Amino acid sequence: MDSIKALIEAAKDYESLAECAIDYEVQNSGMTKEQVLNKMKYQLDTMKRTVDQGVNGVRSKTGLTGMDAKKLHEYINTKDTLCDTTILNAVQNAIATNEVNAAMGLICATPTAGSAGVVPGVLTSLHERFNMSEKEQLDFLFVSAIFGYIIANNASISGAMGGCQAEIGSASAMASAACVCYRGGTPEMAAHALAITIKNLLGLVCDPVAGLVEVPCVKRNALGASLALVSADMALAGIKSKIDPDEVIETMYRVGQQMDASLKETGQGGLATTPSGLKYTEEIFGGNREGL
Amino acid sequence: MADKQFKSLFDIIGPVMIGPSSSHTAGAVRIGNMARHIFKELPDSVNIYLFESFAETYKGHGTNLALLGGLLGMSPDDERIQDAMLLANEKGIDYKFIPLADKVEHPNTARFVMRKGNKKMSVTGVSIGGGNAQITQIDDYDLVIQNGVSTIVTYHKDVPGVIAKVSVLLNEYNINIASMKLWRKQRGKDASMVIEVDQVPDDFDVNLLLRCEHMKHIIYVQGDDHGFD
Repeated sequence: MDSIKALIEAAKDYESLAECAIDYEVQNSGMTKEQVLNKMKYQLDTMKRTVDQGVNGVRSKTGLTGMDAKKLHEYINTKDTLCDTTILNAVQNAIATNEVNAAMGLICATPTAGSAGVVPGVLTSLHERFNMSEKEQLDFLFVSAIFGYIIANNASISGAMGGCQAEIGSASAMASAACVCYRGGTPEMAAHALAITIKNLLGLVCDPVAGLVEVPCVKRNALGASLALVSADMALAGIKSKIDPDEVIETMYRVGQQMDASLKETGQGGLATTPSGLKYTEEIFGGNREGL
Repeated sequence: MADKQFKSLFDIIGPVMIGPSSSHTAGAVRIGNMARHIFKELPDSVNIYLFESFAETYKGHGTNLALLGGLLGMSPDDERIQDAMLLANEKGIDYKFIPLADKVEHPNTARFVMRKGNKKMSVTGVSIGGGNAQITQIDDYDLVIQNGVSTIVTYHKDVPGVIAKVSVLLNEYNINIASMKLWRKQRGKDASMVIEVDQVPDDFDVNLLLRCEHMKHIIYVQGDDHGFD
């Protein structure tokens, strides 16, 4: 499974992209189909527990992040919101997941811990809206996984290697593609949703304040989740990426290589070196970064 | 794409882990874990050298706790990671974290220099993203051991027949070789093999390979590590 093109071709022999992904994992890992499904069910259950924990409210040790998912939950339930609740619930659940992550809680990395909120955020929101069956939820994760797998092997899913585009970009692209398949779109449509999403996060720098997976990571998961849903709707409407999805992934790799090291998870550039960012760094670590 | 860095869909949806960073926390646990397997026992003392991104941000990400927790045998989803220093103190392990400014090949690099009695070993690992890790150097040998992949590393004398003897022995136990790489420092001197294998039967003792003539040392790192999901 070397490319999106190869995946779409391979999927023709299966009932769905999800079945193709499951079979690929069975062939590749030597596990039985039942083991593969059970393992994914464990990941799904973890994601749901994490979301619940975060919506109830957590705080990180540094105090930089926490309690925003709870805030948004109250807002959604009491106010006349601008965006529809599918988007806002996805945003809320993405924030919840990343707040738990920042608080050194138990999460499922999708594809990384810093970007763990997007896929579960979108999935749990769709589940709330459409009451998805367990199979549909697992299929959602398998489709996310197979697209993420292709991105990971052709570009990167590491902020330190490719910038935040490799984390939130990959996560959002995976979620977009999975949304399209869940809503009955073709594998080609899913690929276009993926491409549209990455194109809009291309070049996104990884600039964690004080080098921590908190600011701006939590909010970028939130916005990544919303972007995933919008791209999925565009693709389901028949809109195509003018640039071939595999070429978009290759571009993400190239842009990641070209980015300066200060913009790749070193905490030495971007938002991390703003006066505000430096003030938080000083507060958390002190002058010599000792502490915590 | 002959050499895929990511081998399983669960590298993408997973691991289930303690936050906050898959590369700085979960990947670091796995480097520590593999270092422990390679050293074969808990060291009395360990210096953990941190490079580039690891050196910059290790405290906020709990990378130090994760590396040490891994060395103590914890898995990435172990809630005791936060208490790793306490547990290391209880076990009487003398540990130091030493951030260095040196440039290295991968931004998330850690080197363990472990000692127990007269035994000393250096193990270098990198966290490659998504919670996955590789060991890239043991003492002076450059090699690649992937987390999750059962790997046998041999240290032997570079003479004809050693490779054949090792393959015959693995064959006797029905162990399938997935890949094999060979290094030597100098013709007729020290050599090393890194053998990735598929399935290893429970009754297989990797030290049997020491019976092969000219074999000096064996390291075995078991795949599918430690019930991380």
